[in-house]
Amino acid sequence: MSTGTTKLDVVVSDVVPVNELVTRFHFRRRDGELLPTFSGGAHVVVEMRDGERTRLNPYSLMGSPLDTREYTISVRRDDVGRGGSLFMHNSVKPGLEMVISYPVNLFSLDLRAKKHLMLAGGIGITPFMAQTAQLAGEGGNFELHYTCRTASLGTYADVLRERYGRRVRLYHDDLEERIELDRLLSSQPLGTHLYVCGPAGMINWVRDRAAALGWPPETVHYEHFAAPQPGLPFDVTLAVSGKTIQVGEQQSLLEAIEAAGVDPPYLCRGGVCGQCETNVISCDGKFIHNDHWLSEEEHRSGRKIMPCVSRFEGNSLVLER
Amino acid sequence: MAAKTIISRPIYGTLSPQPGKHHLFIADAEGALAIADMAAKAPSGFFEGAEIVFIPGPDGKYVAALEALKPAQFHTAPSFASLLPRLKQTLTNAHMGLRLYLAGTEGLIGQAMQVALEAGIDHTSMQTEHRGSLARRMQCVHCKGITENVTTQPATCSHCGLLLLVRDHYSRRLAAFQGVCINAEDRSEIPPMEEAFP
Repeated sequence: MSTGTTKLDVVVSDVVPVNELVTRFHFRRRDGELLPTFSGGAHVVVEMRDGERTRLNPYSLMGSPLDTREYTISVRRDDVGRGGSLFMHNSVKPGLEMVISYPVNLFSLDLRAKKHLMLAGGIGITPFMAQTAQLAGEGGNFELHYTCRTASLGTYADVLRERYGRRVRLYHDDLEERIELDRLLSSQPLGTHLYVCGPAGMINWVRDRAAALGWPPETVHYEHFAAPQPGLPFDVTLAVSGKTIQVGEQQSLLEAIEAAGVDPPYLCRGGVCGQCETNVISCDGKFIHNDHWLSEEEHRSGRKIMPCVSRFEGNSLVLER
Repeated sequence: MAAKTIISRPIYGTLSPQPGKHHLFIADAEGALAIADMAAKAPSGFFEGAEIVFIPGPDGKYVAALEALKPAQFHTAPSFASLLPRLKQTLTNAHMGLRLYLAGTEGLIGQAMQVALEAGIDHTSMQTEHRGSLARRMQCVHCKGITENVTTQPATCSHCGLLLLVRDHYSRRLAAFQGVCINAEDRSEIPPMEEAFP
């Protein structure tokens, strides 16, 4: 079960195609009440009941935090992923009753900042939709630099330009437009905080340059939900509950544990929040760590695993669950 | 070195060179020695991007030691109040990439930190090292007056005259320790005064 999160019974109130890859989904409460308050950068975990299988995928809320009549998420179709985005695109229609988690924010604005510098790549734009709306409502000082592959795949680029004008800068990969990152980072006034959401390579690049140019770690915020990677099936013994389970090729270890009726805590299901951290009792084989939570030392130690995104290859694995 | 007693009581570290484009040092008296010690570990050319602002104290020591580091800019000031306008101006015009290093007495570190916090630098992003006197800057919780360089326990408020227990409870916003009346029930009870913060 999800730590500290109660479920929300919602109905899909609208489904809007945004471009060839991205579709937006609107949710309202089934009882007609307002949804819980959230802050820019928050996500919800959407339960997808797909026949026998239940997927739980996190998506950033992209609507304005000032309007809680509905929640909106934007889902990029991933044809080679594990099927969650395809389920959303193909099977979710207006009127469908769904269950989502309460919002959780692991990528919140630091409101002590004098200025907020935001860097988005691709579908990483979604948390910034909510954050910019929040800041604009409070007269906050922000600047958004948004890199997308082409103008037609620049999800919400037009909306953002219309809302915020020159506070939004666009960069198109197909036109060879690139952020002059060092110049951008070196010209920010003291008290600026940096936020980056996008592909792992972009996040690492920005974090590395910011650190080298003297941005203290407290001023650099990033969010990267690592979708669980498929891999070879493997067997796991859950020592506390006395069960032995198999993790399927397309299944995450966390999903397999849940399917066996054991409910570890979770929040993000993307390897960042640390809630599902699990102790390894014994193992014979190698770990494939995909999380951003454990330290490198912990990864090497073989004593801990984040079951939401990480896998195992080898003869035996016993977990404290 | 100050011991950690309650959570708000500041703890200080040892200055170490940080990545960055500009390095601003503010120090008083023996704080100069912390900068000199750090310089021994700094990469060559480090002080070419550095500015040192120093309050030498009455004996005027350590000025030459700091000048010898050949910082890009070096200034001395007779008091914190006298360097304040310049510090504010520097921080107002500064960009991300400026790193702040504070060394010396708690009063100096606290007051410089107070200005830097207002400029948007997180307190955890600043390098600090305590050297020299343990004297405290204290706020009387009753009259709100600030008394500088408190070395005794209890201490007399220089504004309202109450006898105050100098607590470890510290305010970053005020850059001061809290002083609370030690004999509120019976003013005739005068506990012995000890030199607690030499």
